Amino acid sequence: MRKKELRVIVSFSTTTQAIAMEEAAVSEGLEGRLIPIPLQITADCGLAWSEPVRTKEVLEKVLEEKHLEYDRMTELVI
Amino acid sequence: MIYLDSAATSLRRPEEVIRAVCEAMRVMGNPGRGAYEASLQAARTVYQARREVGRLFGMKDPSRVVFTANVTEALNLTIGSLFGAGSHVITTCMEHNSVLRPLYRQEKRGASLTILPCDEKGRLKYEALEQAVRPETAGVICTHASNLTGNLTDIRRIGRFCREHGLRFVVDAAQTAGIFPIDMEEDGIDVLCFTGHKGLLGPQGTGGLCVREGLELEGLCVGGSGVQSYLKEQPSRMPERLEAGTANVHGIAGLLAAVRWLERTGISVIRERETKLAQQFYLGIRSAEGVTVYGDVEDTLPENHAPVIALNIEGAASDEVCDELAQEYGIAVRGGAHCAPLMHEALGTAKQGAVRFSFSFFNTEEEIEHAIRAVREIAEAVLHS
Repeated sequence: MRKKELRVIVSFSTTTQAIAMEEAAVSEGLEGRLIPIPLQITADCGLAWSEPVRTKEVLEKVLEEKHLEYDRMTELVI
Repeated sequence: MIYLDSAATSLRRPEEVIRAVCEAMRVMGNPGRGAYEASLQAARTVYQARREVGRLFGMKDPSRVVFTANVTEALNLTIGSLFGAGSHVITTCMEHNSVLRPLYRQEKRGASLTILPCDEKGRLKYEALEQAVRPETAGVICTHASNLTGNLTDIRRIGRFCREHGLRFVVDAAQTAGIFPIDMEEDGIDVLCFTGHKGLLGPQGTGGLCVREGLELEGLCVGGSGVQSYLKEQPSRMPERLEAGTANVHGIAGLLAAVRWLERTGISVIRERETKLAQQFYLGIRSAEGVTVYGDVEDTLPENHAPVIALNIEGAASDEVCDELAQEYGIAVRGGAHCAPLMHEALGTAKQGAVRFSFSFFNTEEEIEHAIRAVREIAEAVLHS
């Protein structure tokens, strides 16, 4: 297993929202990636964006400027 | 074979559409079912297809573009959702059975129906619209072009009427998507139902609906969504709200490639070519003795008519004419009834049916000349038999 670290996790309620996030993230140079939604957030299935904590501010800016819809943002050791 | 049945499906498609389907079958997983590359690649493709298809119809939000197996499914979903028991719906005699049969079913369930008439050329009598409205009228549903005559409906006029009267407006764009401009906002459309395999040049098994912001429909099916597994009902957010089960990703990948091809080529360029070919055909056969052409072609070609010409030759059975065209001339067209019973009745062709020629961007002038010669020869043979 990979070593766990603190990450910013943004969860989505639709796949469409998740892919819109990924597209915006790639164009804005974010370092994160889509992951299966962590069980610590919900037992439901779905996708979430995982971003290093050090780029959290950029992530928040992208979410706001691109008007991206998401369920919640949290920090988790995963 | 000379294929002149594009109103049924597009036989010739850009090579990149076929390549996109094959590539998707090699590499794409189930969209929204994982964060591994094969699943994400499928999800990205479906998302891009929502965006590109939506853009074609002036939709800004990709999540309001829902994919179905065909336009019939999209129409069933929409009609079942919007026009329930107690509501009154206005439609036209130009409709295909994909609109009429779901409406008749709703009628049995307690909805009521008014069907606007056409004149002898199959032109809609718009003036009947005003009188058809009742207090319980929920909306108007109509085709953008008759699949039989190719006559266009002035959807902007009806859309404006619907907005003025607070009615929902649903458009069946089976014959026009990818050929004629459609703008959800400017045309006042609440739900636009489209097929992917005709004018959009995508694979069969693709279609869908665009739903205006703020309007919520109920899906035909509920089931797997890839999100919110523990909910007992379908997730409420679009597009998952209306899509259950695995999407036709392979088909949607082809549809995406097709829409990109359309955008690069330009739908105005495509329309001009297709309607020019239709006009060439019409001008070539209109004076042939014994040939009757249906619809408003004389007044509207080439600008305001779908690339469809329906005709009959004297009293000859339309299916026999079709068979003669196929067997003796290698020309593929459709005969008989065209799933548009009310249109046939209005034109007086319920018994004879009609021979429908429909044209594609990929047809050539030589093919049209061949078809003209064939019709003229068959007409001569019928008249002298």
